[in-house]
Amino acid sequence: MTHRLVSRRSFVIGATVAAASGLAVPARAAGLKPTPTMRGGANNYRAGAPVVDRIGGGGFWMSGTVRRAGDGAPLAGQRIQIWAHTTEGHERDPWSHGATLTDANGVFRLEMPQIVPAFGQAHGHLAYDSGDFQTVFLRPVMSSPNDTSLEAHFVLQPA
Amino acid sequence: MRGIAIWLALTSALAVPVVLAANSPLLAWRQPVYIAAGFAGILALALMALQPLLAAGWLPGLERAAGRRVHRWVGVTLVTLIVVHVGALWITSPPDVVDALLLVSPTPFSDWGVMAMWAIFAAATLVLSRRALGLRPVTWRLGHTTLVVIAVIGTVLHAMLVDGTMEPVSKTALCLLVLLGTVGAVARLRAWTMLRRRRA
Repeated sequence: MTHRLVSRRSFVIGATVAAASGLAVPARAAGLKPTPTMRGGANNYRAGAPVVDRIGGGGFWMSGTVRRAGDGAPLAGQRIQIWAHTTEGHERDPWSHGATLTDANGVFRLEMPQIVPAFGQAHGHLAYDSGDFQTVFLRPVMSSPNDTSLEAHFVLQPA
Repeated sequence: MRGIAIWLALTSALAVPVVLAANSPLLAWRQPVYIAAGFAGILALALMALQPLLAAGWLPGLERAAGRRVHRWVGVTLVTLIVVHVGALWITSPPDVVDALLLVSPTPFSDWGVMAMWAIFAAATLVLSRRALGLRPVTWRLGHTTLVVIAVIGTVLHAMLVDGTMEPVSKTALCLLVLLGTVGAVARLRAWTMLRRRRA
């Protein structure tokens, strides 16, 4: 698992750049940094989750974007795998896993059962591991367990 | 009469959070081993509230030696519950527990829980090796107290940060009881003044 180490200097520079580029269009931001894998993101991952229209009965929306590092160009047709502890199953249950593809704008959106708190936090898992770009695992946390949607965004760099 | 009142109050203070957790909606979406893991943790928290009261001999009918004898058995149960808590969580989701034990978990409460676990294990080990190490009572008490204080701080932070089956108000009340009981017992038993007296 890669750990994100942010030095104080890089944080200050990053924060300054972010503040200065506040008016830039994010999708075209030059020098866009790749998203690092999050701690625990790959936990209970199952390789090869099938592309599905919906995981289980649905009612909860996982969405996000997939863009290319550097120029921020949206990446179409990218396969994103999603799993979580929901009202219909545990993270380890095969039926809790599914995948979807990004559209022409690099946007993905998959309906799934309601995520419920597990291991102390209501959270989801997402993976990009199709090989064209470097593998990234994300573990977004819901701000409230009552939320009915969650977002996660990928910036990928070529493998 | 006063004794009965104290026991009634204590029993409800420990039982209410457990009963409320047993009615948590989250239980419907968990398998038995995960539920067992959670309740082992909740029961352990309740016993942590009991331990300082027993050590200080504040419970009617369990003063002095009787209190300490029960304190020892509650301690054994506490260690067992922690092993069940971690073991059952491991069965539920191995990678999450491996991350927690290696202190690389994304959730800060895991680190606090692991800290509390090792402090309890160390406190219990110190009890078992008291004679073998030939520790003087003063040294022993200071060591046991220090480890327990670390365990209490870790446990309370761990419990408060977890979004789990415990109902938040009763969880906070139980954590306050653990903290107040510990502070009270440490003050009552004066582990630090014994140290200062020895130095003087």
